[in-house]
Amino acid sequence: MRILYTDVLVIGGGLAGLRAAVGARRRGHDVIILSLVPAKRSHSAAAQGGMQASLGNTARGEGDNEDVHFEDTVRGSDWGCDQAVARLFVHAAPQAVRELAAWGVPWNRVRAGEREVVMDGRRVTLSERPEAHGLIAARDFGGTKKWRTCYVSDGTGHGMLYAVSDKAVAEGIPVHERMEAIALIHEGGRCHGAIVRNLVTGELVAYVAKATCIATGGFGRIYRVTSNAVINEGIGAAIALETGAACLGNMEAVQFHPTTIFPAGILVTEGCRGDGGLLKDAAGHRFMPDYEPEKKELASRDVVSRRMEEHIRAGHGVNSRFGEHLWLDITLLGAAHIDSRLREVKEICRHFLGIDPARDFIPVRPAQHYSMGGIRTDARGEAYGLAGLFACGEAACWDLHGFNRLGGNSVAETVVAGMIVGENIADFVESSAGELRVSTALVQEFLAAEQAKLDTLLQGNGNESATEIRRRMQDIMTDKVGIFRRGDLLAEAVDELQALLQRSRRIGVATRRPGSNPELVAAYRVQKMLKLALCVAYGALQRTESRGAHYREDHPRRDDANWLKRTLASWSDPFQTLPTLAYEALDVRRMELPPGWRGYGARDAIEHPATAPRAVEIATIREAFGHADRYTVQQALMPYEHLVPVRFRGRNERLGDAS
Amino acid sequence: MTTDTPRQLTLRILRSSPSEGIEPHWQDFRVEEAEGMTLFIALNEVRDTLDPSLQFDFVCRAGICGSCGMLIDGRPGLACRSLTRDFGPLITLAPLPVFALIGDLSVDTGSWMRGTAERLETWIHSQAEPDLTAVEAKMEPELAEAIYELDRCIECGCCVAGCGTLRMREDFVGAVGLNKIARFRLDPRDERSDEDYYELIGDDAGVFGCMSLLGCHDVCPKGLPLQTQIAFLRRKMVAVGLK
Ligand SMILES: Cc1cc2nc3c(=O)[nH]c(=O)nc-3n(C[C@H](O)[C@H](O)[C@H](O)COP(=O)(O)OP(=O)(O)OC[C@H]3O[C@@H](n4cnc5c(N)ncnc54)[C@H](O)[C@@H]3O)c2cc1C
Ligand code: SF4
Ligand code: SF4
Ligand code: FES
Repeated sequence: MRILYTDVLVIGGGLAGLRAAVGARRRGHDVIILSLVPAKRSHSAAAQGGMQASLGNTARGEGDNEDVHFEDTVRGSDWGCDQAVARLFVHAAPQAVRELAAWGVPWNRVRAGEREVVMDGRRVTLSERPEAHGLIAARDFGGTKKWRTCYVSDGTGHGMLYAVSDKAVAEGIPVHERMEAIALIHEGGRCHGAIVRNLVTGELVAYVAKATCIATGGFGRIYRVTSNAVINEGIGAAIALETGAACLGNMEAVQFHPTTIFPAGILVTEGCRGDGGLLKDAAGHRFMPDYEPEKKELASRDVVSRRMEEHIRAGHGVNSRFGEHLWLDITLLGAAHIDSRLREVKEICRHFLGIDPARDFIPVRPAQHYSMGGIRTDARGEAYGLAGLFACGEAACWDLHGFNRLGGNSVAETVVAGMIVGENIADFVESSAGELRVSTALVQEFLAAEQAKLDTLLQGNGNESATEIRRRMQDIMTDKVGIFRRGDLLAEAVDELQALLQRSRRIGVATRRPGSNPELVAAYRVQKMLKLALCVAYGALQRTESRGAHYREDHPRRDDANWLKRTLASWSDPFQTLPTLAYEALDVRRMELPPGWRGYGARDAIEHPATAPRAVEIATIREAFGHADRYTVQQALMPYEHLVPVRFRGRNERLGDAS
Repeated sequence: MTTDTPRQLTLRILRSSPSEGIEPHWQDFRVEEAEGMTLFIALNEVRDTLDPSLQFDFVCRAGICGSCGMLIDGRPGLACRSLTRDFGPLITLAPLPVFALIGDLSVDTGSWMRGTAERLETWIHSQAEPDLTAVEAKMEPELAEAIYELDRCIECGCCVAGCGTLRMREDFVGAVGLNKIARFRLDPRDERSDEDYYELIGDDAGVFGCMSLLGCHDVCPKGLPLQTQIAFLRRKMVAVGLK
């Protein structure tokens, strides 16, 4: 059994992991990245529509700034997010997009002059400022007041991932591909690296590190119908959970994307609606304005997905042999627009549906899309409960998104978090806390324990099938822990998942080959995935309110009085069959934007007692500061600058700033 | 075109397991065709119901990530977006040549592509550190789009597998490598000159090794303009060579 040493171990070669690795490397530390697949194949590549950053270059983005982006993000989260983290994020996002521009991302650019766009089903002419010509353009996305989503046609994630990945190559950072972290090495509240399985040879290797960062992405594959890649199984989050020391935040907060092609679940970007596409029912009727007169197709994703399912339930779905769906109509955008701005969508329609979206409607239905929950960290990205463990990107919950993430805020989060957490990791490694003090005996112990688990699967006399258990889990999650949730169904789901977890301890593997062995991989992964599924289902059962993407038909109101808090799930005893849940309150008295109506969706939230006093306090502060600039007022309302690493503290300049 | 009795498909797969010394051999699997079935669905069905040891690589299953290149009836292509209805009842599947074989349909494209990135330095070479808070440098909208056109390569390796030169000389950079040079050459943010690029591809392992048979162009799943880009690059490199 081999042991490798490094300063920083980054588990995950998607946007978040790569950017964090570059940051730590540039501070002079040795970094190794692990990935299940070549880094450029990570699921970040699949992001289509774009990245939010308040550059304000376009006509429809004029006047945009951190404040507007902040408010959109908090409303989007249904007040579930950490507002200080949201501030940190909106501050750094313009820097992230500009850094990527310098690294080669071919962002679409503003063209001065008049152009025709489709808005709210009509053609309108917009006029772009001459001085903005050649700056980074932006498109409209759901839940935003301004056009803020920077994009590269509809291959944004691809463009970003390739630029950052090539940057990591330029920095000489090794990526150990087809290597899977299957356990964290830890003792006494300190993480020392990971036990890693080579997916080609089957060998176990211990990677011992001063700091470990998990950036393993989402866990959509616990659901049957999902837009996520097949490797998005959440093993990174699961191994953090299995330490018993770290915990997972808000796992019940799962996003469903309105437009995945039916029935395959492959995503077509929100950019389709942002650019003017409409949702229609069996009768060809555009139904969203009936439900959401304010934002229509461009309300936040949780709201649109629910309205779509509601409309199908009301009998307006299109029948097909696979079940019911609705239509996405982008024909009105015209072939030229689709050929340049929605090319991936066109390819997907052609290859998977055999249709041309410039002529035909696209069959769509919501599907699981994004994991707001993940490894709970502080605003510096360090995990609760385990020093030396960091997390960033979709795998983490530093809590930018609360109960619903806005489209375009995730790829933005990956690079912003990578920038920030990368610096914080470097700080940690350079501090006395970062010293490497770990005994070989401990490492050997962890190696032996993991080997024993694999041997049990390979040589034990288990007779359960991993494939079958996995399929059952996915069915339960999609059928009972989906868009609409209900206490009785959630309770059933929890019971059934517990039974599956017990069965998963008796899985047998027929293929005995020690090396590349997909059957063995499926077996140990499903054991871990079931724990995540239980965190989601049990957390959802306990949360007797509706907030963002978590919608309880039996508790339809947002309940700030009782539920303005974050769920923390932990799993300290390997033999327990339910996670231990604890709660962490969000402090209304320190919010810059106290809870209110989102501007779309329901208006009947149960108010928190501290909301009204805080609103008064804020009004007083605003008044007292009278004519002070927005930075000063913001600082007085909710200071966050101490969270920004020094090198990213400068103020973002924009076109037309008086400077 | 829906018929009442679904077709019975035979997937004839070139199996192997180098680590166990199992040489390549063909094995047939039968699956019943379903509506909208892709090779991603069919292969998973084989693995779930017939042979759990079967190796293949899928990630996005949407034609975006480039993981699932293989020879489908002898031709390099992305399996995830190949619909079975476009093929006969017998479909042969083999791993991409050139790349190191991991087992069955799985090959190591990752190390090959990383090698290409290191060798051709496929990143923006710029002396200046970007000022992140300043308004970004401008770029013509058409130029940004032209760069994206070449940036769309997903490193699937289909062009590599289809390339005659690569079967004869291992060190040839392939269409994927030449396209990358074309991409960075077009990008004004990269300060490298044609002389610098000549150092990288001005020989028989580079642009002069290409026999222009265009095995690459026809198989690129992203429809990249490989033919014109290679021809253009060759002219530019010839010009440098003549200096
Ligand atoms: C189809 C689709 C479209 C999207 N479009 C947009 C969009 O337009 N805008 C937007 O903002 N967001 C979008 N998102 C969301 C966004 O793309 C993701 O949230 C984000 O890219 C996640 O990046 P990441 O770096 O956290 O993880 P990923 O990119 O998923 O990377 C995870 C990495 O971890 C590695 N890994 C996983 N487990 C292990 C393990 N156990 N050991 C070792 N390595 C491991 C993987 O190999 C991979 O390298 C989209 C998501 C999907 C599914
Ligand atoms: S150039 Fe085309 S065929 Fe070659 S690797 Fe890129 S996408 Fe694949
Ligand atoms: S044209 Fe050149 S790169 Fe393309 S297949 Fe032929 S030899 Fe290879
Ligand atoms: S699995 Fe991503 S391209 Fe086929």
